[in-house]
Amino acid sequence: MHILSTIIEAFPYILQGTLVTVVLVAGALTLGFCLGVPMAVTQVYAPRPFAMLLSFYVWFFRGVPVLLLLFLFYYGLFGLMGLEVGTIGASCIVLGMTSAAYQSQIFRGSIQSLPAGQFKAGRALGMTDLQTIRNVILPQALRLSIPGWSNEYSILLKDSAMCFALGTPEIMARTHFVASRTYEHLPLYITAGLIYFAITMAGVTLLRRLERKARIPGYSNSGM
Amino acid sequence: MNAHQNDTPILRAEHFIKYLTGRKILDDCSISMRPGDVKVLIGPSGAGKSTFLQCINCLLEPDQGEIWLGDHRVDVKNTKELCDLRQRVGMIFQEFNLFDHLTAENNVALALRKVRGMSRADALERAHAELARVGLGDKAKLYPAQLSGGQKQRVAIARALAMDPTILLLDEPTSALDPELVGEVLTVIRDLAAHGMPMIMVTHQMEFARAVATEILFMEAGKVIEQGSPEELLAPGAQTRTQNFCTRLHDLCGESVPEEQERN
Ligand SMILES: Nc1ncnc2c1ncn2[C@@H]1O[C@H](COP(=O)(O)OP(=O)(O)O)[C@@H](O)[C@H]1O
Ligand SMILES: [Mg+2]
Repeated sequence: MHILSTIIEAFPYILQGTLVTVVLVAGALTLGFCLGVPMAVTQVYAPRPFAMLLSFYVWFFRGVPVLLLLFLFYYGLFGLMGLEVGTIGASCIVLGMTSAAYQSQIFRGSIQSLPAGQFKAGRALGMTDLQTIRNVILPQALRLSIPGWSNEYSILLKDSAMCFALGTPEIMARTHFVASRTYEHLPLYITAGLIYFAITMAGVTLLRRLERKARIPGYSNSGM
Repeated sequence: MNAHQNDTPILRAEHFIKYLTGRKILDDCSISMRPGDVKVLIGPSGAGKSTFLQCINCLLEPDQGEIWLGDHRVDVKNTKELCDLRQRVGMIFQEFNLFDHLTAENNVALALRKVRGMSRADALERAHAELARVGLGDKAKLYPAQLSGGQKQRVAIARALAMDPTILLLDEPTSALDPELVGEVLTVIRDLAAHGMPMIMVTHQMEFARAVATEILFMEAGKVIEQGSPEELLAPGAQTRTQNFCTRLHDLCGESVPEEQERN
């Protein structure tokens, strides 16, 4: 009974952390998307020097642990730059820049999987390269990216637990806070785990639905 | 049509040279189009026919050579002139290249809106007119994956025609089609020719070429090595390379013409 009341008492507090986690993930995914799309387009279509610069970016953010990046930016670079963004802001930016590296590779793969004829057909009608990318390439590439993107969402959600190390008041930090005071580690961490699980499932299900809605009529997605 | 025959050419491609991966693919190829001209480009696979066509609307930039629209030399480094050139030179591909995520009507309407700046409603109205012209008035709302090959190619033709091109380039427009679907596409093309649409067409449909072409160009190893009217080149007993090539096509495949499956 004591365990149950601890959980019930702590639940609103952890739920507020859930809100922070959702904000972190939504912000980071959005930032990652807004950076990732132009990055992918640049990597595929821009002259070599630009593409190489981005390869370096991707190489860096994929090659270093998220935890290290959080410390590097929050305690190091943001301070040097005189940027006051708070723990939530910093977490969002760092997760977003990391996600951009991963998302850009999802989009790049999709763009490169389209037949070359699509780009040619757009150009042949007198559209500029940008118009063709915007109206022909991206609408198709983004559709193909949804399964990979759903993966990125679920990974990013769990990476967000790392922001606990900056003191960002998200699920993990709040659960840890309560657990270290009540010593009810097991039930509390199970609760937190279930919350993560629920958000993952909700997001993945939503993206599944989007994927089905965005499917081009006449195309089978059964893989056969 | 014949009244136009002496006018200045509407389009000239002069002395194209094109290298791909270090190899000379086009070696001094030229073509000149007057109103009503229908020129058929034939030759063995790998001769450079697709490369030649794609240099004419600058999908591939020729390493050397000039493109003239009327008496204006196109500056292909200038984005606006390049887009204008491509608007005025319509292109039909072997594998259709319809925009897979758009309905037939939106395939036709897209460039009208983005390039011509037409409103959505106006563009769709024009799209419906073009689709009706190729006999697909009732398929406007279908997606490419819901159309047959012949229907896809006719949508592609409608899409090109909607831009009011002054000339059409057709790269083996029927080669990817099942034999029973070839006819419907050729009928549309024949109809365009009859209405005086200038065309350069790569095809191995020799009966069709003989009936419609004002001139046949035979290409081999990046060069145009024979050029003349179908009567001259295909006359029985004419000892031309063109004649020879067509006889071989005929021997290999009987009445049906081979479907070339190389990539463009
Ligand atoms: N993108 C490319 N890169 C390198 N070589 C190419 C490329 N496209 C075509 N080629 C080569 O150019 C030659 C001519 O090709 P193409 O113009 O497609 O011939 P055709 O249409 O007459 O069959 C072929 O030998 C082909 O291998
Ligand atoms: Mg070809």
